[in-house]
Amino acid sequence: MSRGRRRERERVTTLASSADDARRVLATMWTIRRFEEAVDELFARGLLYGTMHLSIGQEASATGACLALRDDDVITSTHRGHGHCIAKGADLGRMMAELLARDTGYCRGRGGSMHIADVSKGNLGANGIVAGGIPIAVGAALALKLTRTDKVALSFFGDGATSEGAFHESVNLAAIWDLPVVFVCENNHYGMSMSVTEVSRLERVADRAAGYGIPGVTVDGNDVDAVHKAALEAVATARSGAGPTLIEAVTYRWKGHSKSDQNLYRTREEIESWRARDPIERFEQAVREAGTLDDNELKRLRDQARDDVREAVRTGQTGPPPSPDLLAAVYAPSEVDALSGGER
Amino acid sequence: MTATGTEVETMTFAEAIRAALSQEMEADERVFVLGEDIGVYGGAFGVTTGMLERFGAERIRDTPIAEEAIVGAAVGAALCGMRPVAEMQFSDFTAHAMDQLVNQAAKVHFMLGGAASVPLVLRLPFGSGTGAAAQHSQSQEAWYTHTPGLKVVMPSNPADAKGLLLAAIRDPNPVVFMEHKLLYRSASGPVPAGGEPIPLGVAAVPREGGDLTIVATGIMVSRALAAAEELAGSRIEATVVDPRTLKPLDEATILERVRATGRVLLVQEAPRTAGFTAEISARIAESDTLYHLLAPVRRLSGLDAPIPYNPDLEKASVPQVPDIVQAARALLEDG
Amino acid sequence: MPEIEVPMPKLSMTMEEGELISWRKHEGDQVRAGEVICEVNSDKVEMEVESPADGTLVRLAAAEGEVVPVGAPIATLDTEAEDLLGGILDAPAGEAAGEAAARPDGGETAAPPPTGEAPPADKAPQPPGTGEAPPADKAPQPPGTTEAPAAPAAGPTRAVPAARRRAAELGVDLAAVRGSGRDGLVRVADVEAAAAPAPAVDSREHAVPSSATLPLRGAEPGAGPVQAAPAAAGADVEAAGADVEEVPLSPIRRVVARRLTESMQSAPHFYLTVRVDVTNLLALRAELNQQLAAGGQDLKVSVNDLLVKACAGLLASNRELNVSFGGDKLVVHKRVHVGVAVAVDGGLLVPVVRDADQKSLTQVAREAGELVERARSGRLGADEMSGGTFTVSNLGMLGVEQFTAVINPPEAAILAVGAAGPEPLVTGDGQVEIRQVLRLTLSIDHRAVDGATGATFLAQLKDVLEQPLRIVA
Repeated sequence: MSRGRRRERERVTTLASSADDARRVLATMWTIRRFEEAVDELFARGLLYGTMHLSIGQEASATGACLALRDDDVITSTHRGHGHCIAKGADLGRMMAELLARDTGYCRGRGGSMHIADVSKGNLGANGIVAGGIPIAVGAALALKLTRTDKVALSFFGDGATSEGAFHESVNLAAIWDLPVVFVCENNHYGMSMSVTEVSRLERVADRAAGYGIPGVTVDGNDVDAVHKAALEAVATARSGAGPTLIEAVTYRWKGHSKSDQNLYRTREEIESWRARDPIERFEQAVREAGTLDDNELKRLRDQARDDVREAVRTGQTGPPPSPDLLAAVYAPSEVDALSGGER
Repeated sequence: MTATGTEVETMTFAEAIRAALSQEMEADERVFVLGEDIGVYGGAFGVTTGMLERFGAERIRDTPIAEEAIVGAAVGAALCGMRPVAEMQFSDFTAHAMDQLVNQAAKVHFMLGGAASVPLVLRLPFGSGTGAAAQHSQSQEAWYTHTPGLKVVMPSNPADAKGLLLAAIRDPNPVVFMEHKLLYRSASGPVPAGGEPIPLGVAAVPREGGDLTIVATGIMVSRALAAAEELAGSRIEATVVDPRTLKPLDEATILERVRATGRVLLVQEAPRTAGFTAEISARIAESDTLYHLLAPVRRLSGLDAPIPYNPDLEKASVPQVPDIVQAARALLEDG
Repeated sequence: MPEIEVPMPKLSMTMEEGELISWRKHEGDQVRAGEVICEVNSDKVEMEVESPADGTLVRLAAAEGEVVPVGAPIATLDTEAEDLLGGILDAPAGEAAGEAAARPDGGETAAPPPTGEAPPADKAPQPPGTGEAPPADKAPQPPGTTEAPAAPAAGPTRAVPAARRRAAELGVDLAAVRGSGRDGLVRVADVEAAAAPAPAVDSREHAVPSSATLPLRGAEPGAGPVQAAPAAAGADVEAAGADVEEVPLSPIRRVVARRLTESMQSAPHFYLTVRVDVTNLLALRAELNQQLAAGGQDLKVSVNDLLVKACAGLLASNRELNVSFGGDKLVVHKRVHVGVAVAVDGGLLVPVVRDADQKSLTQVAREAGELVERARSGRLGADEMSGGTFTVSNLGMLGVEQFTAVINPPEAAILAVGAAGPEPLVTGDGQVEIRQVLRLTLSIDHRAVDGATGATFLAQLKDVLEQPLRIVA
């Protein structure tokens, strides 16, 4: 083997070369993939209400980023948040129950796909407002800093969110206060239908970081290892008290923005070309080349993910409908601390 | 050293608010304040004067001019166990932050099925009468009372300001705390030092009288009381009700006092159309209290126009004491 | 290879069926997951359907142009790929979710707009399978703020706002009025019942008619509906001066003016007239009274009593006339209470003979006599003047040949009786005879009763009156 190729292997396959890491990564990515496919199918059959924003094709960015976090770190997510939720360790059954609008769902059937959250795992929630979660992550980081913990907050958002005032104000605030937050922009090339090249004069979303005086880095969002490495560094920076980083993970979503998307703004060829660069297939290939896991194991991981998702659908649909007493659900009778999960 | 509840100090409205903030910050390290120019400057209206020295920059946080981030950060911090008190320099600027207030703060508890709560307070200096003109003089309580998930408080005097702010800070829900600018320096009164919180959702009845009932909010309370004094000179005795909390509203007290006299005058500074007094009117009309009315409900509100700059016009845009007197007299001739 | 069915997918929130526009692939084609296999139209939007997996399209199950419901198969795919959800969905799988998913919702609720997208639907989607949401108007406020049940409260009387106004007009002390509504709520009728006529006359409680009617004096026989003067009438009237004296309205006059106006303005009146040969009726009456006198009874049966009894009997069998117009419904009265119009000083009162159809003729006559006597002496109680379902108004004693009366709301009809007098009539065998004839005019509220019904009633009444033994039969 040439030296060049060996160097390439070392550079790109760190996660792939560790059996434990590889298993974790594949389990997460396959689970996200299967979960989203199940959601897609359930919706197609008319069994899910509302609409769904699927992250098929973006598994690597969610997985790589969350792998760099501790369990007690927190994240905020987007309307395309199933992947983040799974990568942060959510219970699939409760996720599915929420999508199926049952009382046993994470939000007791009141939130739905766009507000799905598992605060016990540090996921402060998906958000129906583009950029809505960014200020919240900053506030969380402020709390983490004020209480002298070394926990960090990570904010997921898309390329579209970087046009919102909330993005600008929040990143700036985090920068001037050196808050322990990592900003992860999953640049999947489109807001809803507007191309990222049209919303800003900058070549890269990460170039915006300079405007706030913080580091910005662009990575291949479909390379789970690259995402992971960048996230590790940013998390370390945040934990050390040195403030935020902006990571741009370049990726692509295979499915439309939502279930009503006719894909008029992009071509089939473009979609096809990205599907051909499936991040999961790519990682499996890296694992095979590194000889870390054999095909049986790969299949086992794939099957396990499928089975877990099937189980989630099975249990999710058995939940009872939520209580109709909505008025009682508006105000909190007493404080519920999201992080400790209990009352204070 | 905090005093017992019986000890009372004369304070201005602004001082009473500062006293509440300071008391809570002493007692609970989770409480912190953020907003524009609240540190060194002491706040645009001097409310937080001296607090930076006392509590330090970590807990008295000056922010850039970034309302959405201010409220959003408060949401995030509240979600993670803190008790932030955020300030919008003028209530009018809340428009910048509406997403974080209305779509996030107000709804997170509900959307997450009760798994989290947002114990934040948003303090809003509001109201007209300082020549600040259209974009710095509004009374937009109707926006907030219309949003499920928020609580809305509007104290009319220093003692209530302190007691209600204590309650607001301790409430596990997002509370919009509305402070009429004209009251900061001009309203002065006895305030219990130390002191207990005044529960949200309980109205006050600062004056009793059998001829009519005046329900007033914010600065209109003191104007109503002044009007009532004048009316008493003509042997017209008015009950004055101060809801204190607009949401949740102490409907029972209001309706009971309306029934007792059969005539009601609702006074608000905010513009008439779809203002909060429309809600009170509806509650009267849709209840048994309707059958006790001797005359139609009468509302006195601000004009449906932006607040003008000219001082006479500014005054004329919102109810003043003579307007209240006149409306009360007219009410007695109705029906 | 195993086969899976490709269903017509739900491609938007509100989609329930799709029209297959065109196939992009043919039977037997190999397809890849994600490749477009056909185009579908739904809700005027064209969408592409992707193959769910790699495989061979072994069968196209829908034709171009066919409309297929969501979930029904459009193709069969031979594929190695797993059927992810095969066998784990409930039989009408998540039927509640399906129902709710099918419920139309205005546009896409869930898509977060980047900027400028259409706002979401204005109605929150109900979670599938839940019962109804709590009613929007019942907000359980924190304790202490719910409306206490209506209890007698200090302060002004509980009265319907219109009752207050009426009380002010009639000079009635509301606090002294007994309310007939729930928990003592004072209604308009209560106020009217309590109003005294001229206060100077008597301090006893005088009854004001709960339903006052005025025959329109001087109306031409057979005249059509008379336009009531508008409530604001009086504007044209010249002010007091040398030629004009202003007399304040008595309470009865005030009430009558209002009721009269209301009746004419809200009920579309129409009138049916019939001539009745009352020769036999008068003879029967004379004989009856003779017998009563001979039996020592201090009772005289009047023509009016006979009319009241006759009408009552017919109302019992003509229920469609014994009604009130209730806005969005017809109120059919199960009992027959006939009012008798009595002219009194200052106006008109209408005491009511209750259950007149159940009482004998002499009972009706006795009761009517007493009521009329009390009406004239101002001793009628409010309950004696309320609840009527029909009224008989007789101006025959004043020589009026025929008139049209104004309906007494909430009744649906009133019978105006003219004077009986000799007239030539053509009898059955073509001879002309002088008979006693009077004219009856029935006024009817056309909202509640139609012409045919009224005509039937009147025809039956004529029959009964002309063969008067049937009145007591």
